[in-house]
Amino acid sequence: MKSLFKWVGLMALGTVAAAGVAPSGAQAGDTIKIGSFLAVTGGASFLGDPEKKTLEMYVDKINADGGVLGKKLELIVYDSGGSPKKAVPFAKRLINDDKVDIILAGSTTGATMAVIPVVQKAGIPFISFGGAGVIINPVKKWVFKTPHTDTLAVQKIFTDMKARGISKIGLLSGSGGFDKSCRKNVQKLAPGAGITLVADETHGKGDTDMTAQITKIKNAAGVQAMMYCGFGAATSIVAKNFKQLGVGIPHYQTHGSASKSFIKNADGGAEGVRLPAAALVVVDALPASHKQKKVASAYKKMYESKTGSEISSFGGHAYDGLMIAIEAIKRAGSTDKAAVRTEIEKTSNFIGVDGIYTMSPTDHLGLDEASFVMVEVSGGDWKMLK
Amino acid sequence: MFAELLQFLFSGLTVGAIYALVGLGFAIIYNASHVINFAQGEFIMLGGMATVYFIDLGVPMPVAILLAVVLTVIVGFALEKFAVEPARDAPIVTLIIITIGASIFLRGSAQVIWDRNFHSMPAFSGSTPILIGGASILPQSLWILGSTVAIVIALHLFFNRTMMGKAIIATSHNPLAAQLMGINTRMVLLMSFGLSALLGSCAGILIAPISLTYTGVGIMLGLKGFCAAVLGGLGKPMGAIAGGLIVGISEAMTAGYLSSAYKDAVAFIIILAVLFFMPNGLFGGRETERV
Repeated sequence: MKSLFKWVGLMALGTVAAAGVAPSGAQAGDTIKIGSFLAVTGGASFLGDPEKKTLEMYVDKINADGGVLGKKLELIVYDSGGSPKKAVPFAKRLINDDKVDIILAGSTTGATMAVIPVVQKAGIPFISFGGAGVIINPVKKWVFKTPHTDTLAVQKIFTDMKARGISKIGLLSGSGGFDKSCRKNVQKLAPGAGITLVADETHGKGDTDMTAQITKIKNAAGVQAMMYCGFGAATSIVAKNFKQLGVGIPHYQTHGSASKSFIKNADGGAEGVRLPAAALVVVDALPASHKQKKVASAYKKMYESKTGSEISSFGGHAYDGLMIAIEAIKRAGSTDKAAVRTEIEKTSNFIGVDGIYTMSPTDHLGLDEASFVMVEVSGGDWKMLK
Repeated sequence: MFAELLQFLFSGLTVGAIYALVGLGFAIIYNASHVINFAQGEFIMLGGMATVYFIDLGVPMPVAILLAVVLTVIVGFALEKFAVEPARDAPIVTLIIITIGASIFLRGSAQVIWDRNFHSMPAFSGSTPILIGGASILPQSLWILGSTVAIVIALHLFFNRTMMGKAIIATSHNPLAAQLMGINTRMVLLMSFGLSALLGSCAGILIAPISLTYTGVGIMLGLKGFCAAVLGGLGKPMGAIAGGLIVGISEAMTAGYLSSAYKDAVAFIIILAVLFFMPNGLFGGRETERV
């Protein structure tokens, strides 16, 4: 028993040592240092894992092609486990000890929000991969982000509903951060879009059955469509329950469901569900004339051949962040933080996998509703809607 | 109106039956050792995840299910042998903490061995809903209800008709006396972990086609199962079953008729109420001690 403990202890020490050594690379000045903390492990690892792989893959590729401004890129990634508490010390370490030139990080909104004061004070450009709109609204001088906000998704869905003459909807939402934020947006934007909520149901985290809530929505007076705000396994369960109950009205979900596993796990229940998705997710269904087709298919090909796993839209956020940063550094002609920040803000018509970015001093995201494509599940795959 | 009620009832019964199976697992281990095994939820997870894994390997579904159950039972034995038994002289609280540690270990290992994604499992006999009185029920729900009834009957026979079952009951009443009567109480503890791993894995496999499965699936189901066990009076098998059904049905009714926001709170409110007014649970007799 004792020797076992010794072994475990040694192994733990070894891991710590390896983690400590890994980031120290070439000397400062020779390289452009990119710092990152991501939710590589833990509950949000489905975000952090593809983000890390994407950053590593493209940093290697850029270095193999000769680097940027004649310098190699050096990537330093810490694992925040998605925890805001861990993210703050990592951000400080990146700024003070590793002396990075730019930070591309923050898989979750929580971790991003926690480090914003640190980044603002240090004056270092920071591109976040967090989802919610609060990150860039109100605008913070040094903070940018690449993923679509839930506000954009809700607007896109409402536009589609209006085109189909739908004005009374039942809403079902989960209880995660994204789910709640999405629900708030639906409640806020519905009156302006001429849409009435005739039912507003929620379900708990880890729930395995939502038939009760969907029955209520089904029986709500005048309901014309159901909309679901949620993430992960629940999206498939809702689709299954919806089919089981034979509700028979249009069913909308958000970009939180835009992954192949949603269709697969819904066991046929996803058929006919409409949702707004990033071009990346439906790249094969895009017409050749679509502006993002080239960038998105190149990313998909690279990611899938290097990692052997299917792309998710989350890795795309990291791709866009890295490319926007590199373009800005090239334009600035140096890694001077203020100059790079100004150049990021001037990003215009940059074609990424998430959309076409045009940032401004008042818009640190630079995407609009047009960056989403509306898709419908048909025959077990995505079908792009006109 | 009636159709709506029936729909909520179906939904409640399905989930309730799963809670009941998990609750039973808690009750059996509690009986044998007075330990509350917080790794019970991980048995649910192992059952579902292992079945999906074996199916992906190309094993036919019935064999995959059997293999998953066997694997989970082995894990249950190992948990008792390597984590609980070496510390059997420690206070109960220590043992409970050990089970919490074991549950974190099992969940972590599963994440490393398999992955962190959600997996679906095909339903046992299709997913075309059956319409009854305007409400719809999935064939899988019938499988859940039927299997739960079968398992409960089998357990009843095991405890009342077999030597092993009777030994477990005797040990739960008085371990020292049981030992003096020649019952191998260590064996009883081992069996009870195996048995509750069996129940947990069955619950996990039965619910997987409905709820999907992933490495964290056991956390909430385990907690609700624990509520069911406490509600019925810890250590009362029939109480755990009734408790599971009560929690499941009242959750569905709350989501349907009150507000779905309060659904998860219901189980815990019931627990609080029961513990205030009937500290031994609905089916727990008064503790009497002869002086």
